[in-house]
Amino acid sequence: MRVLGIETSCDETGIAIFDSEKGLLADALHSQVDLHKTYGGVVPELASRDHVRRIIPLIEKALADAGCAGKDLDGVAYTAGPGLVGALLVGTSVGRSLAYGWDIPAVAVHHMEAHLLAPMLEEESPSFPFLALLVSGGHTQLMQVNAAGDYLLLGESLDDAAGEAFDKTAKLLGLGYPGGAAMSELSKKGNSGRFKFPRPMTNRPGLDFSFSGLKTHALTTVRDNDDDEQTRADIARAFVEAVVDTLLIKCKRAMQETGITTLIAAGGVSANIQLRAGLKKMVTEQGGRVYFPRPEFCTDNGAMIAYAGYLRLKAGQKEPLAFAAHPRWPLAKPA
Amino acid sequence: MKLLAIDTATEACSAALYIDGNILEKYEVAPRQHAGLILPMVDALLAEAETELASLDGLAFGRGPGAFTGVRMATGIIQGLAFASDLPVVPISTLAAMAQGAADQSNTILSAIDARMGEIYWAIFSVGEDGLVTPLSDEQVSKPDTLSIELKSECFGVGTGWGSYENKLSSYAGTKLKGFDANRFPRASDILTLAINEFKQGNGVHAKDALPVYLRNKVTG
Ligand SMILES: Nc1ncnc2c1ncn2[C@@H]1O[C@H](COP(=O)(O)OP(=O)(O)OP(=O)(O)O)[C@@H](O)[C@H]1O
Ligand SMILES: [Mg+2]
Repeated sequence: MRVLGIETSCDETGIAIFDSEKGLLADALHSQVDLHKTYGGVVPELASRDHVRRIIPLIEKALADAGCAGKDLDGVAYTAGPGLVGALLVGTSVGRSLAYGWDIPAVAVHHMEAHLLAPMLEEESPSFPFLALLVSGGHTQLMQVNAAGDYLLLGESLDDAAGEAFDKTAKLLGLGYPGGAAMSELSKKGNSGRFKFPRPMTNRPGLDFSFSGLKTHALTTVRDNDDDEQTRADIARAFVEAVVDTLLIKCKRAMQETGITTLIAAGGVSANIQLRAGLKKMVTEQGGRVYFPRPEFCTDNGAMIAYAGYLRLKAGQKEPLAFAAHPRWPLAKPA
Repeated sequence: MKLLAIDTATEACSAALYIDGNILEKYEVAPRQHAGLILPMVDALLAEAETELASLDGLAFGRGPGAFTGVRMATGIIQGLAFASDLPVVPISTLAAMAQGAADQSNTILSAIDARMGEIYWAIFSVGEDGLVTPLSDEQVSKPDTLSIELKSECFGVGTGWGSYENKLSSYAGTKLKGFDANRFPRASDILTLAINEFKQGNGVHAKDALPVYLRNKVTG
């Protein structure tokens, strides 16, 4: 089965073609990071306007890269939510009408499901059941994945997402937007132990998170100290260690509580090397295994949509001609 | 010639099919329901005419101005249909489509869509010998009391702008105003009337160049 995937939920236009026999045939991406940088965050209307300009040229490119035409496809998958409604409507309307025009099935994909299935695009991929740590710009969730489509929400952030905390703290340190990766770089030059940030909600039971306090802590630390390069690096170091530690504690707890030893991490923050190293160490100590998507599939991309769409199509899911975007769309039932 | 047109730019949602001189249309005023309506409308029209997308000669759509999301939805749908079936596209102004719908009312039409934020999208059209409208002014977004074009002849008004700003627009038109219809939205059948002519002149573009016209371009705070 060969599926075209379309991702337009936020500030990336991603188009890919996945073939169930041959794997990924094409993966085209346009990131709008430069467009939004000057505003310090994504401007929804600008994002939508850019998607509608980029989407057809990217689809053309993906088809050319894959050396195939519409008649060689068996389905069109598009992100229907969650995300920015205007941006989602570009991908859903193009995706649904393409499928209609090609006379093949269309399938609406949940963006976070696609993120958490992204590790399955790798050669070494996990088998069900596994635990999933979803850490992105908009989400921080711990999920029990029993099978594709069978998700149990074990815990989530009660306020800021991990990526959001990264971005806000990066802004405080003058690192620009989005600053997650720059924070990670800067922290490498920092000294461990000069500053100690809290590990929110780790000393009480449960698997929920809270990251907004870390940003406040960073703010007061910045205010109370000299503004020099080393201090900034030391603050970055303390912040990254606190986020990683907190995530590790909750992941370990989830493994112990569920008895599931396979873990995956996905979403933009899972590209973070400190988090990856920490998870590898912890999970190995627990006698389990951890899987990640390749770094470019941690952030938004079309490949994960094509793959998730393939699984949904295989399971018989199909969209009617009446399509919809779901800006808020819970993935898992609460545990 | 066989053409399909759609529009989702305003509160109205419509699709229309032109087949060798006849126009079939589906039209509904249904705010925020366009995603659920538009492709079923297209499908029903093609079925009624016992034809299919691949045997059409071209596509047209209301390319704005209008609600940003609505304009983009029509654009996205048309891009997808055009790319899949390799058909040329004619983007048609929603203001022109509204004027075309009222072309039997006067020789001059002032189209105005409520653009929110105290502004209207507007343009003035004249009705030619052939019955088709052509623009007498640029399309603009502005406050309804700052229209800068002088009306030279009797005029008829169309669009939601006339409902929201009846007083301001009426006093602008003064004694030249023959009447107005504030309940007229852009509709696909009027888009078709204008698109037929464009296709005859070979003016279709590729799917990737079928793009919206927003008029309001300051969208950041
Ligand atoms: N190396 C890194 N270290 C830490 N954070 C990172 C790194 N790389 C990217 N990020 C963060 O990942 C986030 C972007 O991830 P992603 O694209 O998955 O989120 P999103 O699509 O905006 O949100 P969502 O998927 O929840 O809707 C940003 O907050 C960014 O700063
Ligand atoms: Mg994402």
